Amino acid sequence: MHLSTFVRRITGSLLVPLALCASWGTAHALEDKLVIVTSFPEDLTGVFQAAFERRHPTTKVEVLNKKTSAGVKYVQETAGNNTTDLFWVSAPDAFGVLKNKGLLQKYQPHSSGIPDMIGSFPINDPDRYFFGFAASGYGIMYNTRYLKAKKLPVPKEWDDLKKPVYFGHVGMSAPSRSGTTHLTVEAILQGEGWDKGWATMKEMAGNFKTITERSFGVPDGVNSGEFGLGIVIDFFGFSSKASGFPVEFVYPTITALVPANVGIVKNAPHPEAAGAFIDFLLSDEGQELLFDSKIQRLPVKPAIYAKAPPGLPNPFEDKSIGAAVKFDSDLSEGRYNLVNSLFDQLITFRAEELRTATAAVQAAESALAGKSKPEAEALLEQARTLIAAVPVTEAEANDPAFAAIFAKKRKKPTDEVPQRQAEVEQKWDGFAQSNYAKAGELAKQALNKAN
Amino acid sequence: MSLTSRPHWGPTSIAVLLAVFLIVFLAVPVLKVVFVAFQDPGTGGFTLVNFQDFFNTALFRESFWNSLYVAGMSVMLASIIAVPLAYFTTRFNFGGAMLIQTLGVVPLIMPPFVGAVAMQLLFGSNGSVNLLLDEHFGFTVPFMEGLNGVILVESIHYFPFILTNLSASLANIDRSLEESAQNLGSSGMRLFRRIVFPLAMPGFVAGASLVFLKVFDDLGTPLLLNVNKMLAPQAYLRISSIGITDPMGYVISVMLVLFSMFSLWVSFLAFRGREYASVQKGGGGLLKRDLGTWEKLAAYAVIVLILALVLAPHLGLLLLSFGTVWSFAVLPDAYTLEHYLRVFHTSSQYVTNTLIYAGLAAGIDIVLGTAIAYVVWRTGIPGRKWLDYTATAALAVPGVVLGIGYLRTFYGVQLPFSEQPLATWWVILVIALAIRRLPYALRACVAALQQVSVTLEEAAENIGATKSRTVRRIVVPLMSGGILAGFVTSFATASVELSATLMLVAQQSDAPLSYGIYVFMQSAAGRGPGAALGIIAVIIVGLGTYVSHRVIERSRRLRTADRVVAEATAKLE
Repeated sequence: MHLSTFVRRITGSLLVPLALCASWGTAHALEDKLVIVTSFPEDLTGVFQAAFERRHPTTKVEVLNKKTSAGVKYVQETAGNNTTDLFWVSAPDAFGVLKNKGLLQKYQPHSSGIPDMIGSFPINDPDRYFFGFAASGYGIMYNTRYLKAKKLPVPKEWDDLKKPVYFGHVGMSAPSRSGTTHLTVEAILQGEGWDKGWATMKEMAGNFKTITERSFGVPDGVNSGEFGLGIVIDFFGFSSKASGFPVEFVYPTITALVPANVGIVKNAPHPEAAGAFIDFLLSDEGQELLFDSKIQRLPVKPAIYAKAPPGLPNPFEDKSIGAAVKFDSDLSEGRYNLVNSLFDQLITFRAEELRTATAAVQAAESALAGKSKPEAEALLEQARTLIAAVPVTEAEANDPAFAAIFAKKRKKPTDEVPQRQAEVEQKWDGFAQSNYAKAGELAKQALNKAN
Repeated sequence: MSLTSRPHWGPTSIAVLLAVFLIVFLAVPVLKVVFVAFQDPGTGGFTLVNFQDFFNTALFRESFWNSLYVAGMSVMLASIIAVPLAYFTTRFNFGGAMLIQTLGVVPLIMPPFVGAVAMQLLFGSNGSVNLLLDEHFGFTVPFMEGLNGVILVESIHYFPFILTNLSASLANIDRSLEESAQNLGSSGMRLFRRIVFPLAMPGFVAGASLVFLKVFDDLGTPLLLNVNKMLAPQAYLRISSIGITDPMGYVISVMLVLFSMFSLWVSFLAFRGREYASVQKGGGGLLKRDLGTWEKLAAYAVIVLILALVLAPHLGLLLLSFGTVWSFAVLPDAYTLEHYLRVFHTSSQYVTNTLIYAGLAAGIDIVLGTAIAYVVWRTGIPGRKWLDYTATAALAVPGVVLGIGYLRTFYGVQLPFSEQPLATWWVILVIALAIRRLPYALRACVAALQQVSVTLEEAAENIGATKSRTVRRIVVPLMSGGILAGFVTSFATASVELSATLMLVAQQSDAPLSYGIYVFMQSAAGRGPGAALGIIAVIIVGLGTYVSHRVIERSRRLRTADRVVAEATAKLE
């Protein structure tokens, strides 16, 4: 392996002039190294690394794999003496954090044929700090063996996951754990509206078997058959299927298409190579690599879809994907930490209580089915309302002053923040606990009245 | 420990060096991160209001009790697993005792992520065992659900702490004490309960307190079971969320550190005024006796049963590494060698790095562990116990916190003769691993030292040996069993460490195995190769353990042989 690298370097250096003549657009001499911090799996990075090194044989690509959150922290902590050239992860909000802290560098890619929007989401950062190179939508992934063995129907929409038949069969990650899950939650909140969105989410969450600590835990669980259905980003579904697992993936009507991104880190030690890598990602050749069976992401260049493998949808033609949600990324960014915290307090940390309450409601529902017991129905309706309730109104959530409690970027020592996050969270936690307990109680009363 | 010598110049300077090391590589980096726990989120001034918030929050109170309950129950279950294994293998002449001791360490080597997947595939609610139960008997058992799942997995994972430390202690018991008891008519369970087990107490307490502290502070297991209503996961989830600057995560970290120190102090109280040291050494420990045929069968049955339970996750891992697709089925659909071929090219670098890092870290740990144990238990230097408390507090520091702290503290420092920041130098990774695994080696060394009588040292010094010569020629050789136990646990656990590693790896060529596994485990197609790398890690660390057992066993046998010869000669004269 070392020998082959050596040989490649030698031949590479001989071929430099040739490669320069043949290079597309960027006729600069590249540095001999490129350091990328990414959260993408080896299956994705390996393919691009190899292809890029073939094209630029004098540049050695060094890939550093870190979780998105660890990656953001790493770039922040090492900024004083930066050794990273590119930041390459899915979640646009991670780039938002870095951009706001002034840790990214502007760039003008040499690319063509990429539209401004995918669905209702802008593909690139308007200030040219980071660029979308692949699109992803969110949906439901399910294990066909599992559904068959447990005799479960195939779901189509988020609403399907609320049905009692799926109780204890669904998995999801928490938005505070995974940037992609956060976007799913925001898409539901923006698509259905704040109150109805939370109600949908909590009804679904009542059926959750588990809330995983990392986003890949969901496809992992569905692939293993630990649970049957999972709420995931599309390529987890497509690539699992392409790897041979008995799984399928569906896009519900309410979903958002969101780009996965790449950006140059401020004071990058190898800026030319970093730029060349972005250009390569956005070139025809780079875009086509996304169709690799282990990657299976949607290119942002519409023309490339002519070569798409069967089964992969084309969001530029199939307008039904992601069209229902007009995704407002400013809104999402403004209440980012608030939504994460609210989800954790209401759902993640009280999942057991929520499940118990949901089970009681579902039991009462099935006992009441086909009977006319208005008194019991009324009790049950109260229980449902209690479960669905949110301690924060949409206006409050969108109020920058309130959201500031969660973002808390005290720039000057004189800045004051009105309330502590812990105080608010205590309130929310108490709210969730007592609501779920009361709902369970009411549902039990309804059940007694039904029999 | 009434017989402590007055402070000497040598021990004092060593104590100062130890303190400096712990301050630079543990206290400063951690404080650089957790100071926000004492900061008013509104004004930035010093405050304790965050701690008030901690106690006011129902969620944290519940988490605290859950953690305490899980830690306590895990110690019980781990003891039930470990005590018979330790007793049978040290007390009786037993074929393959060394193999059993080695296999007993293997559960510590649970590679990140893949281990979790393997356990779910076997014991999960739709894992092999439950699928079979459901098919044949129509019911399932929730092995892996909720707090009980955490207790089961933690016990299976960490019982080796008790096994190795208790075995080392049992092997160090003065045979004459046991013989005296037998002469006075004690035997069987009574002998074990009244004489043998109490004498082995330092080892048991060392192991049990490690299990307690480790489980109380553990992140990995609750996270893999997605149980988050415990303290360590609560801290971790807050600290590692994107963009959140909430101080509560750090408040919980501080609480974890304080509680760990508190429980360590309680375990010190238990030893107060007791004497475990014995004068006679090198007798090969307890009298080993032969078992009758039926006894032997029964003992084997117990051991096989326990090993089958604790090694099941690794069997699952093995199946995963050879299986093609394993989904909602008792066994994989088909088998292949492809995963091993895929990791073959990349793994040699990872393997070399892992061996170097874990080996160096464990080496640093036993040197520091022996030194700290000696300073704490053999000198009268004021404040010496804080060395022990501080080193042990590392258990409670989440790897992410240490990782971020290292970046913050050492990133600005340049390596001499290069432009590389100190924080990205691989040696820093070794030190981080050493700090994180130091508590394991330290507890083992303390237990070993408690069994060495001070009179032996005094005798050596009376006949003119210097302090350092006494330590080198008398104390350390007599502690060797415990030191080895410490080396093995530090080495095994350092080889699969991930959280600090992930933060500090700055070059792919510097990455250890756990990082490689992590990279594979981010995609569906990477599960098999990840498992293959996991198996490679298990085999390497298992081999390392076996070899070190062989070495120590051989030196012990040599010493025993010397003694027999000496006795025989004495009789002849």
